[in-house]
Amino acid sequence: MLKINNLHVSIEGKKILKGINLEINPGEVHAIMGPNGSGKSTLANVLAGREDYVIEEGEVTFFGEDLLKLSPEDRARKGLFLSFQYPVEIPGVSMVNFMKTAVNEVRKYRGQKQLTASEFLKLMREKKELVELNSDLASRSVNEGFSGGEKKRNEIFQMAMLEPKLSILDETDSGLDIDALRTVASGVNALKSPQNATVLVTHYQRLLDYIVPDYVHVLYKGRIVKTAGKELAFELEEKGYDWIKKELDEEES
Amino acid sequence: MKETVATQNYTAVEDITGLYQSNTELFLEGSPDFMNDVRGKALDDFVRQGIPSTKDENYKYTDLRPVFEGDFNVFPSYVDQEIDFLSLFKCDVPKLDTFVILTVNGWYYQRNRNLDLPEGVIIGSLAQAAREHPELVAQYYGKQVKTGKDPLAALNTLLAKDGLFIYVPDNIVIEKPLQVINLLRAKNDSFSTQRNLFIVGKNSQLKVVFCDHTLSKKKFVSNKLTEIYVQENAVFDFYNIQNQHNESANLNSTFICQKASSNIQINTASLHGGVVRNNLEVLLNGEYAEANVYGISLTDNKQHVDNYTHVDHAKPNCTSNQLFKNVLDEESTGAFAGRIHVWRDAQKTVAFQRNNNVLMSANAKIDTKPQLVIDANDVKCSHGATVGRIDTEALFYLRARGISEKEAKLLLMFAFVHEVIAQIRVKPLQERLDELVDKRFRGEISKCHKCMFDCNPKSLK
Repeated sequence: MLKINNLHVSIEGKKILKGINLEINPGEVHAIMGPNGSGKSTLANVLAGREDYVIEEGEVTFFGEDLLKLSPEDRARKGLFLSFQYPVEIPGVSMVNFMKTAVNEVRKYRGQKQLTASEFLKLMREKKELVELNSDLASRSVNEGFSGGEKKRNEIFQMAMLEPKLSILDETDSGLDIDALRTVASGVNALKSPQNATVLVTHYQRLLDYIVPDYVHVLYKGRIVKTAGKELAFELEEKGYDWIKKELDEEES
Repeated sequence: MKETVATQNYTAVEDITGLYQSNTELFLEGSPDFMNDVRGKALDDFVRQGIPSTKDENYKYTDLRPVFEGDFNVFPSYVDQEIDFLSLFKCDVPKLDTFVILTVNGWYYQRNRNLDLPEGVIIGSLAQAAREHPELVAQYYGKQVKTGKDPLAALNTLLAKDGLFIYVPDNIVIEKPLQVINLLRAKNDSFSTQRNLFIVGKNSQLKVVFCDHTLSKKKFVSNKLTEIYVQENAVFDFYNIQNQHNESANLNSTFICQKASSNIQINTASLHGGVVRNNLEVLLNGEYAEANVYGISLTDNKQHVDNYTHVDHAKPNCTSNQLFKNVLDEESTGAFAGRIHVWRDAQKTVAFQRNNNVLMSANAKIDTKPQLVIDANDVKCSHGATVGRIDTEALFYLRARGISEKEAKLLLMFAFVHEVIAQIRVKPLQERLDELVDKRFRGEISKCHKCMFDCNPKSLK
């Protein structure tokens, strides 16, 4: 579904990604790990269409289509979802209004009929339960005054509402206590199907105890330097990133 | 009798003076002495101050001289309109039961129906009230208006003949809001003068909704002055929905004097108009009075909206809140100049003022001048102003959920101004204004009124 070929990206003249190659197929769960500053979040944001980045080289296709040419909204409508590392607070825009607009725009694009008010509320109730989101959060402004855990659960709630094909979860585990982490993970697991795929961008292995990846990639200095099965995550947890850094730095010199 | 007089070869001040002097009888006719006696001083004050321009400190951001250029008809007498407006303007606020009355070109519409009001309450023509209840009206008329300090107030006082008069005696709560549909309609370019006087008695309550409309594609200048007295423990709401076309100049002066423990809200939504100037002076003249003064403006094209407020804390223990928000697009311009003055001995004053602006285009411009003058020492006051652009982080977040850029911007602009609309104390009106604002942002404003007239502002040149 997603093919990344030799992707080079810079921001403000600084090269961040230096030749990423990655292929993701339906039904798969990928974890992208790596030390701080390795380019993990950049990759996630570039895929979602954030405009601050410059694509220097390479291509990305999503179901065969050039992803990088699409606006952020069209990427979302085609089934790409980014769970933000730092969900944005939007005072004055209610969660209900926000989600109703989003769901209906996405449905319109996919040629599905608009939901009636009652259908929409029913859908919202269902999906809220999935991540144990307080009902009153729905009537509040988007992320305004939400705790860290509520914000992350709210991201997964939105994911559930929009039914994406490819979900990229950017550091969804950071700042979560263990209970919230379990809730978020069980939400993600419940949404998993043979038709969709998940990319977990994370620094820590802990999330991978709850969402088991098929592949683990290590991103370092803008490149994927190691790919293996889930056992790689345990190795990283045990030994840290230093051994990989050492290995690579030795290769370079 | 001539019903209208036209100004000739306009050179503003001289022309208005000439117009008045050669038609003095027409301007004096039908008005009692207390209205006519002040015209002489008003004329002197107007001539001395002239048409407001950016040279005047209080009009620093709004030059009204171009507005007064050209030839206008004025209305020293009532001109009947051949249309039955009442059948056109049934209350178009769903779920909101209101008393509806109309004013046309500044005058009280003579085909207004009698309202079913509690005993002693008067809602009607100022000219008629001045004749029928001269002592009552004279007691209040012009008492707050300093013609020497503001040329628009002087000009209004010079030419004032009619407008809306409201008197609510003590201890009467009128639950149903009064909706005033304030129309401008003429075959020629016109200058109208409207003089309103509202008195809300002790322990009484009143809500007034003013909707300003233009119904013909002529150039309009309307100079409206509203003088309001809110007595002890009274509650008064004044909502203004300004929706005129781009060739109009909507000039408003509102003076409010509040007695002890009274509570007011003024909330003005400038949805559409060529040049809009809102002067607002609030005098908190009794302890424990509270004034809530709010406004929004949404501008595009070459529109200009200027809100000028002056809140005077004359007595201790009063509270005032001011919140003004503006969204400016295209080449529109705006201004906010707000002043809080805490008088000596007005201790325990609580006064807040905030002005937030969003510029949607590189060519839009806003001037903001918050001012705080404090002559007491035990007060809690704050003021602040911000000018910004749309939050790009929030915009990306919304787009990343499949919402188009256009729709995402609308959501954010709507959220920005909703904070002001949310203050409205009449729920159905709040919902209605939300709807109007949404339509305004979508460029559909003219379709929202049950109106047979084609006055789509965008089509006006």
